[in-house]
Amino acid sequence: MTERRIPGGQIDRSRTLRFTFDGLPYTGHPGDTLASALLANGVQLMGRSFKYHRPRGPISAGSEEPNAIVELRSGARREPNTRATVAELFDGLVATSQNRWPSLKFDAMAINDRLSPFFAAGFYYKTFMWPASFWEKIYEPIIRRAAGLGSLSTEADPDDYDKGFLHCDLLIIGAGPAGLSAALTAGRAGARVILADEDFRMGGRLNAETHQVAQGAGADWATLTVAELRTMPNVRLMTRTTVLGAMDHGIYAAVERVSDHFSVPVAGKPRQILWRIYATRAILAAGAIERPIAFENNDRPGIMLAGALRAYANRWGVAVGTRVAVFTNNDDGLRTATDLMAAGVTVAAIIDTRVGGRIVPGTRHIKGAEVIDTTGRLGLSGVTIRHADGKVESLSVNALGVSGGWNPNLNLSSHHRGRPVWNDDIAAFVPPLDGVAGLTAVGAAAGAMSTHAALATGAAQAVQALSALGMNAPAPDLPLAEDAPVEITPHWYVHSGKGRAWIDQQNDVTVKDIKLAHQENFVSVEHLKRYTTLGMATDQGKTSNVLGLAVMAELTGKTIPQTGTTIYRPPYTPVAMGALAGRSRGAEFKPTRHTPSHVWAAEQGAVFVEVGMWLRTQWLPRPGETTWRQSVDREVSQTRRSVGICDVTTLGKIDIQGTDAGAFLDRVYANTFSSLAVGKVRYGLMLREDGIVMDDGTTARMGTNEYVMTTTTANAVPVFRHLEYCRQVLWPDMDVQLISTTEAWAQFSVAGPNARKLLQKLVDQDIANEAFPYMACGAITVCGGLRARLFRISFSGELAYEIAVPTRYGDAMIRALVEAGREFDAVVYGTEALGVMRVEKGHVAGNELNGQSTALNMGLGKMVSKKKDAIGMVLSQRDGLTRDDGLRIVGVRPVDPTHSLTAGAHFLRPGAEAVAENDDGWLTSVVFSPNLGHAIALGYLKNGTARLGERLRAVNLLAKTEVEVEIVSPHFIDPEGDRLRA
Amino acid sequence: MIINHPLLGPRDAQEFVYLGDAALINRPDGMAQGAQDAFHDYLYLRDNPAGDHRELWYHEQGDRSWLVVTRNTVTHEITAVELARDVARRMGRSK
Amino acid sequence: MPEHSLKPLCPLGHAAPETVTVGPVTVTEVVTTALASVATRRGREDDVARAAAGAGIPLPLPGAAQDGAPYGAFWLGPDQWMVEAPFDSHEDIAAILRPVFGDAASITEQTDAWVRLDVTGPDLPALFERLCNFDLRRHGPGSATRTMMEHLGCYMVVRATDTVSVIGPRSSAHSLHHALITAANSAF
Repeated sequence: MTERRIPGGQIDRSRTLRFTFDGLPYTGHPGDTLASALLANGVQLMGRSFKYHRPRGPISAGSEEPNAIVELRSGARREPNTRATVAELFDGLVATSQNRWPSLKFDAMAINDRLSPFFAAGFYYKTFMWPASFWEKIYEPIIRRAAGLGSLSTEADPDDYDKGFLHCDLLIIGAGPAGLSAALTAGRAGARVILADEDFRMGGRLNAETHQVAQGAGADWATLTVAELRTMPNVRLMTRTTVLGAMDHGIYAAVERVSDHFSVPVAGKPRQILWRIYATRAILAAGAIERPIAFENNDRPGIMLAGALRAYANRWGVAVGTRVAVFTNNDDGLRTATDLMAAGVTVAAIIDTRVGGRIVPGTRHIKGAEVIDTTGRLGLSGVTIRHADGKVESLSVNALGVSGGWNPNLNLSSHHRGRPVWNDDIAAFVPPLDGVAGLTAVGAAAGAMSTHAALATGAAQAVQALSALGMNAPAPDLPLAEDAPVEITPHWYVHSGKGRAWIDQQNDVTVKDIKLAHQENFVSVEHLKRYTTLGMATDQGKTSNVLGLAVMAELTGKTIPQTGTTIYRPPYTPVAMGALAGRSRGAEFKPTRHTPSHVWAAEQGAVFVEVGMWLRTQWLPRPGETTWRQSVDREVSQTRRSVGICDVTTLGKIDIQGTDAGAFLDRVYANTFSSLAVGKVRYGLMLREDGIVMDDGTTARMGTNEYVMTTTTANAVPVFRHLEYCRQVLWPDMDVQLISTTEAWAQFSVAGPNARKLLQKLVDQDIANEAFPYMACGAITVCGGLRARLFRISFSGELAYEIAVPTRYGDAMIRALVEAGREFDAVVYGTEALGVMRVEKGHVAGNELNGQSTALNMGLGKMVSKKKDAIGMVLSQRDGLTRDDGLRIVGVRPVDPTHSLTAGAHFLRPGAEAVAENDDGWLTSVVFSPNLGHAIALGYLKNGTARLGERLRAVNLLAKTEVEVEIVSPHFIDPEGDRLRA
Repeated sequence: MIINHPLLGPRDAQEFVYLGDAALINRPDGMAQGAQDAFHDYLYLRDNPAGDHRELWYHEQGDRSWLVVTRNTVTHEITAVELARDVARRMGRSK
Repeated sequence: MPEHSLKPLCPLGHAAPETVTVGPVTVTEVVTTALASVATRRGREDDVARAAAGAGIPLPLPGAAQDGAPYGAFWLGPDQWMVEAPFDSHEDIAAILRPVFGDAASITEQTDAWVRLDVTGPDLPALFERLCNFDLRRHGPGSATRTMMEHLGCYMVVRATDTVSVIGPRSSAHSLHHALITAANSAF
């Protein structure tokens, strides 16, 4: 192991952190990234490439990294595809390389590299064409195994993630010199500022450069500035926070890595927080990203972007190599040579593509030259140089810094499809002017490349942004800083040899692939991208897109702006799925709604079922019952024989008041309500404007101008929304007021021959049949004075009531009902028994109210009054919906009573082939009727009303069942309704 | 997206439910001659502009106001937000 | 108060209200407030304003709440308010308010539709920024809004800098309480 630490840098050498990479132990210091610590330990090889399994090391020192992609942690916390260049080192970190077998140094899949001619762009499309059946079973699994990234932990993520919401006047993205200058200006002016940076240390390139700011080290100026910002209550500093996307109207998505620099999050704390930032204005100060020059074998470990090479030296005190060369087409690359020499590293040569310009003393500065090839199997051992005169020279080096210029990091500015603009002065794209409303780029992100320009544009844009908000921010005195111009002569790739020159290292896209795409006429940028996969890896081509574009431009003889540019979309960097889910996982996926009888039911050992967000009692098993059917049959039989109690609170309840309440209901219901007497209830059918049934329920008239509507459990919210729409949008002058009371009342159904006897024990008023007849309703009191409501309505077909008490008394009420019912052998029943009884009675419910059915389909066609203009009336009368051979609701029973039925089975005539044109309808709801002793069902049958007595087949092709059935009336129990009125 | 609610100021579009074209305000008279044709057009025929679009949004997780929002379907820019009740009255709807 | 034999349960499912403290934050279940909605009937704005003034019932502007004794109120929507009063004296609050407003307003009992969780602590914005998009740093005492917390539509009434009432759907009291406690553990 070679120690590559040199003096300096922003690491805390007083503390040592232990970590492992591929099982081997290493040490590093606080302030290190995994990449800097490995490089300090002499480890350059960190991964294998996607397709060819080429040995790879980091080329960058930031989030643009395409190569050094590793798995962090182990077990359930294992996270694949993490960039080592931004993974903050912590004590005990376990990191593993990926996409190699059996080991990183010896990867058997590297055979792909030898077979590379077969793996060129378009390889999959051309090769795996046939036979088609081979794709899923043979080709895809092989390709997936061979070409890939890391593997997921298959265990559940043990960590928590939060979502949060932040508000500010000014969001500043990036805390380099431009962002800090903007934050200082806006912060001092009193604006609410959020300064977010993906790094764990603010300062941006000031930490990586030897620039002087205010006559001191740039990094020190950054530290002092951050310290001042920290004292401002109006400024929120967010490190480890990546702004992922610019959404509409000043909303930004950001992920804060709260705990990723610990081995395990502190108990109760989230691993990450996904912030939704509401920013009136935003400043993009995300800096710039260096781009490589493509040349043969430019992907060996030890070959890096020149800026990264000096970042490792300046910020992390790491000499990536002991003998270094620099390959550049611009002056910024020269800084790597001077910085490294100042740090005592041997710089063997600067290979400068330009002929003119200044000469760096202290090393060989070779002008007009190119690197045409490199050597070294698992790491760089040498470079081959072609001089201006054509002479070729080999140079022994173990690190090479490459600079092809810098691209403004404009990613976020194109999230609204704004097209970046080419700028010849810096040979790069700059952000579009109309990119994202309210977002302005500053500093290097805007193409202002010097430190002075960063400080100046940051401050100036902060002043502008605040002035747009009506705030006055004085322009600050700028600290003294370098203001070197950009000196660059574009040089994209080296025309030499037959070997491969990499452009997109993560997706293994080479100059050859671009040439092939051009040859096959995939010249449009969008085609180029998809054909070669250029820029489509997890790094979104941050270092490669412009280079690929430039090569294509050269091939087509066009300029780069003529060739086009690709734009970026969120997220800026990959984001954990857990962060997008937040707390909404597992039992907390959605809120749970408890019924008023929940505590009691849980005590009784009830089996619960999720109905939307509600937990409802499905059935209540009694000792000795081993199947659900035993419990449900008992609940049904006992109810029909004596009396049953059921919590029906979940049905939506809407309080409707106002002098036009009755007229309003006439508009929203297909039938009439204005004529309903006070103290009476009526069943109502609500249609959509297209004539399909929307919902049904009973509505009670509690007073002259006061109704209580009930809705189905599932439609409580949509119906309320619809009623608001009707009263605000369609009939704005109707005097109607609405409010939901679903949760205010605990409501219980009491059904069965003994229902009245049971209730009379609790109700303070007389509820004899004469005093409180079928379909009566009214305010009552129970148990000696508690205000309550009573409705004589029935879903089961029995003599039945629904009684409502204030919800806080719901628990006491279920206990009182059970106690009062003891002498009648009363039973509490759940949703299954409820379902059985409604099918026995022939009442429609969710399976029939399926969003496709009309009142006519449901046998309720006569309820649609044509004498008034109600929603859906007109279109419910369309020919297509009123045809005689349309679906009608029927009852179904198996001819052989021992046969069972399956919902969803289709009706077919005897002998008819089971094909769509012979389909006569289907079974919607199937139950076992303990009262009849066999299965029964409701179904929709073509012209069903006229087909009672007919024998058909109920065919289920999925379950491969076929049962002979008889079509009967849907009213299996008490068709005359005598029990209801008893 | 942010919708600048006429009563409550800027609110996140997450709080709203979208319905569709504000032309829905012009509900035909169901008792008039030719009502079926009128309803067919009302319900099924819509303009689909690339540009300004007046549409109905409901502040379900807020004050339950129905709003008419003028939104550019290309840029998402919202240029006007009004209470749907006011718009409906202005268009002659009453009771 | 009427004499009857039934014993109430608090929204969180116990006979007595719950109080939980997490770090600097205390979450208290409040069951001592009666609620009713008051909605102005069409064209009766003046009558409602006069009746409310006479009875000492505040009718705050959109986005606002007003405390008072015995009546406080917060704004629900256009021409609609939630009126608060002490439960002990106003258990049947709708019956008490109806004669005040006569036929000028629609009154609906709301007490049992909601769970009220009062959250107290010195740095409540740090808590609520993990729950909802309401900008508590910009909205001081006297603000009221409806907002979403973990999918639940809730009212937030800012009583004081260090006290916020979260009034959420009663059936989801457990989920709402859990969300507040979880966020408090996360934030502090």
